[in-house]
Amino acid sequence: MGADFVQFSLTPILIGIFASVACALPGNFLILRRQALIGDAISHVVLPGIVVAFLLTGVVAAMPMLLGAAAAAVVAVVLIELVKRVGQVEPGAAMGVVFTMLFAAGVLLLEQSDTSSVHLDVEHALMGNLESLIWLRAEGWRSLFDPVALAALPPELGRMAVGCAVMIALTLVFWRWLKIATFDEGFAEALGIPAAALGFGLVIASALAAVAAFEAVGSIIVIAMFICPPAAARLMTSSLERQVLWSVLFATLSAVAGYVLAGYGPLWLGASGSVSAAGMIATVSGVILGLACVFGPHRRRVGAGQSGQAG
Amino acid sequence: MTPLLDALFLQAGYNAALVAIGAGLLGFAGGATGTFLLLRKRALLSDAAAHATLPGVALAFIVMVALGGDGRNLAGLLLGSAITAGIGLVTIQWIVARTRLTEDAAIGAVLGVFFGIGIVLLTVIQTMSSGRQAGLEDFLLGSTAGMLRQDALVIAGGGALALALTWALRRPMTLVAFDAEYATAAGFKVSRIDLIMMLAALAVTVIGLKVVGLVLIVALLIIPPVAARFWTESVGRMIWIAGAIGGVSGYVGAAVSASAPNLPTGPLIVLVAAAAFVASLLFAPVRGVAAALIRQRRFKSRVHHRQGLLAIARQEPIREPFTLRLLQRENLIRADGVPTEDGRAAAAKVSRDERRWDIARRIHQDAGLTGRYDGLTPIEDVFTADEIGEFDRRIGPPVAVGG
Repeated sequence: MGADFVQFSLTPILIGIFASVACALPGNFLILRRQALIGDAISHVVLPGIVVAFLLTGVVAAMPMLLGAAAAAVVAVVLIELVKRVGQVEPGAAMGVVFTMLFAAGVLLLEQSDTSSVHLDVEHALMGNLESLIWLRAEGWRSLFDPVALAALPPELGRMAVGCAVMIALTLVFWRWLKIATFDEGFAEALGIPAAALGFGLVIASALAAVAAFEAVGSIIVIAMFICPPAAARLMTSSLERQVLWSVLFATLSAVAGYVLAGYGPLWLGASGSVSAAGMIATVSGVILGLACVFGPHRRRVGAGQSGQAG
Repeated sequence: MTPLLDALFLQAGYNAALVAIGAGLLGFAGGATGTFLLLRKRALLSDAAAHATLPGVALAFIVMVALGGDGRNLAGLLLGSAITAGIGLVTIQWIVARTRLTEDAAIGAVLGVFFGIGIVLLTVIQTMSSGRQAGLEDFLLGSTAGMLRQDALVIAGGGALALALTWALRRPMTLVAFDAEYATAAGFKVSRIDLIMMLAALAVTVIGLKVVGLVLIVALLIIPPVAARFWTESVGRMIWIAGAIGGVSGYVGAAVSASAPNLPTGPLIVLVAAAAFVASLLFAPVRGVAAALIRQRRFKSRVHHRQGLLAIARQEPIREPFTLRLLQRENLIRADGVPTEDGRAAAAKVSRDERRWDIARRIHQDAGLTGRYDGLTPIEDVFTADEIGEFDRRIGPPVAVGG
């Protein structure tokens, strides 16, 4: 745990943790509302949003891209609702139609526009580039107190930390509403909670979390983190409070273990080089979910749905 | 001729023609197979399968290189992808059956995790000592550049197989899609039919990897059936329409893609299909948006028409502008709002029909016929002339309105 660690591993691990937690928090509610695949849809439409933002502004800068991606996510959510209602298409298919359409448009735009001079390509969007978010100026733990070195922290770290903090704050502020509306929408409406607006807000917040995380870590982590930690947590407990805490723990664990395994795993196996950290984090979250499926104390369905029929 | 027309009429060279025909067949198979996935509400299951192909492609490459081969043999790569996609589907089934997680969570989990594993393996390949640029990234978004004749044959053959499977089993699959419990009672093995349905979808997914890519291949299974659903209420026809939309999308998309540089095949195919979807959504008869708007407008006119005539019959003034316009256009009232001769006659008829319904409700105690009263159904459609004559006898002779 010396200077090398601070320089090369500390910031990617922190960014990984923040991104994972920011996605896992709304994921808890999406899973319970059977909207788990919204994360999948959003992570696909982020690409066209970023491309359009780039074409409009001509620069690869964080803010316009975040705005573009967020706008694309909102457009996608609205389009999905529209296709569902106007066309009477079932939700899963409506989602499939909209996100493939937008993703295809994004890829085409990207290929058609001249982006050879900038770092913008589909693979990068899918895989992220966590490994490159290093803190070159750091010379050891004492750099944490060195303002010059701190100023050279990758900007993604600050943005992701803010994004994560916003998600935590939103979860705490709307906790009671979310809890009631997630389990009993009718009851929530009777209490005067704007359940429909809350549901839409949840999706938009998820989209923002996905967009913020996406910039730093690529869409694989986003898809996996929306679902795997909350799903594993759901098999650990039947209390929503504890489920959210478990999911945060699992998300953190995936980020740390995934990054370490990606960086050092090949060395331990006697190979050289490293593998994709984003991919490894997703893999570790999958392993955790697998273990929860086999050993989780609350893995079984209780009550009426025991026969294995699921919606 | 322009390059685009050249490509559309298969004049852009042997390879481009091959790709266009292969993509057309693939699209047809995808649309037909996807029809049942859509009806069974499992459209996104194939998205998980598509993403789960990536580790298989990578593993197949690693194994083939380890065995001393080239590593880029398409059939070998597709076999590997089919295996992991199958494992992904089985995992989803297992999660749904064994735990309390819902299907959408299971789909998302498998999709994300398998894709993550695939990315890890891709980076392993990049560091492999063979150092050869494997080009496996092409499988993400599809690439038809440098496609060989044998690749096109694999695609055409696989597409035909999936199509044949779908066609042969369309009846049991229809039954399962609409009423799985009845199908069980009728002696069909629902789980086996579901499995075959997934196998056909899997075949389309796997052979589509090369052309469309794994991120977008699911579109070939979803968009054409969703578009086809707007045009028909019959499953038999839906298969053909979805197949046709998919086939045209595949063919046109591949041809356009070959006509100019920087036009990736997969996204173009998807966008052509998406255009077909939007057109269907807007313009399909009965279920389309335009048809619904026209229907709603007609209904509104009928309601206003009737309310206007009732107002005339009761000698009440009409103030609602739409009703006024409507009645004026039909020459039932004059521009100053005074009813014309025709208007008074029509009003008398409407008013008389109301009283006939009153009598009808008194005579026919059962609600079967009188329950059809909604103010818009002509009484002549519900009762026979004799019955109406009986109502009239009880009402008495006609009375003129507002002379």
